[in-house]
Amino acid sequence: MPTTALRRTQRPGKDDNLSTAPDPHTSATRYKVTGIRVLRSEWAKFWSLRSSWITLGVAVFLLVLFGAIASFTYSADATAGGGPAPGGGSGDSDAVSLALTGVTFASLAVGVLGVLLAAGEYGTGMIRSTLAAVPRRLPVLWSKAAVIGPIVLVLTVIGALAAFQLGTPGLDGEKIALSLGDDGVLRSLAGAGVYLSLVAVFGVALGMLIRSSAGAIAVLVGTLLILPGLASLLPDSLYDTMNPYFPSNAGSAVYALNQSSDALSPGAGIAVFAGWVALTLAGAAYRLRKSDA
Amino acid sequence: MIEARELTKRYGDKTVVDNLSFTVKPGEVTGFLGPNGAGKSTTMRMIVGLDSPTKGSVTVAGRSYAKHAAPLHEIGTLLEAKSVHPGRSAFNHLMALAHTHGIPRRRVDEVIELAGLTSVAGKRVGAFSLGMGQRLGIATALLGDPAIVMLDEPVNGLDPEGVLWVRNLLRSLADEGRAVMLSSHLMSETALIADHLVIIGRGRLLADTTVDDFTQEAGGGGIRVATAEAMKLRSLLAGPDVTITSSSNEELLVSGRDAREIGAIAARNGIALHELTPQSVSLEAAFMDLTRDVVEYQSAPADTERKAA
Ligand SMILES: Nc1ncnc2c1ncn2[C@@H]1O[C@H](COP(=O)(O)OP(=O)(O)OP(=O)(O)O)[C@@H](O)[C@H]1O
Ligand SMILES: [Mg+2]
Repeated sequence: MPTTALRRTQRPGKDDNLSTAPDPHTSATRYKVTGIRVLRSEWAKFWSLRSSWITLGVAVFLLVLFGAIASFTYSADATAGGGPAPGGGSGDSDAVSLALTGVTFASLAVGVLGVLLAAGEYGTGMIRSTLAAVPRRLPVLWSKAAVIGPIVLVLTVIGALAAFQLGTPGLDGEKIALSLGDDGVLRSLAGAGVYLSLVAVFGVALGMLIRSSAGAIAVLVGTLLILPGLASLLPDSLYDTMNPYFPSNAGSAVYALNQSSDALSPGAGIAVFAGWVALTLAGAAYRLRKSDA
Repeated sequence: MIEARELTKRYGDKTVVDNLSFTVKPGEVTGFLGPNGAGKSTTMRMIVGLDSPTKGSVTVAGRSYAKHAAPLHEIGTLLEAKSVHPGRSAFNHLMALAHTHGIPRRRVDEVIELAGLTSVAGKRVGAFSLGMGQRLGIATALLGDPAIVMLDEPVNGLDPEGVLWVRNLLRSLADEGRAVMLSSHLMSETALIADHLVIIGRGRLLADTTVDDFTQEAGGGGIRVATAEAMKLRSLLAGPDVTITSSSNEELLVSGRDAREIGAIAARNGIALHELTPQSVSLEAAFMDLTRDVVEYQSAPADTERKAA
C-alpha cells in the first residue's frame, strides 16, 4: 500500500501556544484559503459540469435563433393587420426588439443555470465538501455570482450581437431596419447581456436561498414571468405605479431601444433590477451564514 | 487534536447530542461508537462547522474550525452522507476542492493514486460503485495533508481488501503523528483499528476509554481448553475467582486464569492440550450491554457510571 506517498508539509510553527506537548502538525504557510482561490475553485466547478455547458449553450442558442427568426418573419403589414407576427408583434417593434425576442427564453435558461450552480450543490450534497473547504461560507456565494455573471455577460452580448446581425438581412428594405452603428443599438444589445447576467446571478441567489433546484426554478419563473401578470389584478392606480419596478419590467427597460412612456430609463432599470438581485443575494447570504448546511 | 466541550445539538425539541465532552489526540486512532441515531454523524458535522452547536463548543487544533486559514490542512473529513456532485469526475471534484487552498495538482494525483482510483479518475462520480465512492471520500479527506483525519463509517461498502487497506492506512496515519477519528457501529471491527474509544448513546457519553481497558473490562470471555483429561485439569485449575464450565467432556471454558497459567499448569502435570484459545471477548455483547444502559440510566451521568463499573 502506498501510504508512504503521504507527505507532511514541513513548515515553521505558527501561533506557538503554551502547550508544551510537541505538536506533530505544523501550520500551513503554503495552503491557505483566499478569495481568489475560492473564485478559482468555483470557476473550475462551473466548467466541469456538463449541465453548465448545455444550459449556457441553450441560452445563447435561443437568444440567436428567436432573434433571427423574428427578424426574418417580420412584415410591416402584419403589425397593422394584427397577423401572427412572432415576437409579440406589438405596434412599436423595431429592429432591436425583434433581435432580442429571445431574451425572455434566454433569461429562463441562464436563471436555471444560476439555480443549478447553487441549489445543485444542496441537491447532491456537494455543498458539504464545499463548506468544509471554505467554512467561512460567504466567499462561496460571492464567487459563484462572480463566476457566472461575467461568463453569461460575455456570451449573451455576443449572442445578442449575432442575433441582430443575422436578422439584419431579414429586415432589408423594411422601414424599421437599423444598423449596429445607429443610435442606441449597441447600448440595447449590451443591455440585454447585462440583464441576462444579472438574471444568472439572481438564479444563484435563489438557489442558495431556497436550496432546492425545483423550488428555486419555480420562484424564478414566478418572479420573471408570472408576477407582472398577477399584479394586473391590483387596482389600476397601484398597478401603474408598481409595474415598472417589477424585476422583469425593470430588466426589459435595460435593453429596450425605445422606452415606452411608463417604463424606467435604462439606467434606472439596471439599478432597480440589480436592487432585486442584491436583496435576494442578501437573503441568500443570511441563510448561508446562519443555518446548518 | 479535537476537543469537544459540553457539545449539545437539538433539532426542534429533540436532543441529538447531549453535553458531550471528549478529546481526540494526535498519534492515536480514536473509535467513535454508538448505535444508530446515537449522534455520531451530527457530532462530526459540528466538528467541521457544517452544523452549529446549540450549546457548548468544539475546537480543532485549539480554535473553531472556521477560524483556520487552511481548514483542509487541519482536518480532512469523510462524511457519511454523499458530498460529491455526481456529474463531476473524481479528478475534477478533487481539483475543485484543491483550488480553494492552493493545493497543487500533484497532490491531487497523489491522493487519487493512494486511494486506488487512478483508472477511474476521469469517470463521472455518479457512475461509481459504493466502494469507489468511499475511496474518493477518503482521497478527499487526505487531500489537504491534514493533521487530523476524521472518517464517518469509512469501511461502509468496502470489500475485504478495501477494509484492510483502510485499517492499514489509518494505522500509518496515526503512526505519523496524526489524530485519527473514525465512527462505526461495530465494536469488534473498531477494536482492531482503534487505540481509544469514545462511546455514545442517545447523544450522551457512555465511555471514554482505551481499547485495552474496554476489552479487559468486557473480559469474562474466558479461555477455551480442549484436552482428553478435562476432569483432571479442571480440578488442578480450580481456585478462588476461577470459574470453569464445560460443554463437553473434553472441553473447558476457564475464566479467572490466563492462557499462560493454564498452559503451565497443564505442562507441569503432564496433561496434553489440544487447544488453548482465549475466547475473543465478545466485544459486541459488551458494547450492546453498555448502550442498553443508556435507556436504563437515562437520568444519571452515564460516563461516571461506567468508569465506576
Ligand atoms: N438535520 C436533522 N434534522 C433533524 N433531525 C436530525 C437531523 N440530523 C440528524 N437528526 C437526528 O439526529 C439523530 C442522530 O443522528 P446521527 O446521524 O447523528 O446518528 P448516527 O450516530 O450517525 O447514526 P448512524 O449510526 O445511523 O449513522 C437521529 O435520530 C436523526 O434522526
Ligand atoms: Mg451516522
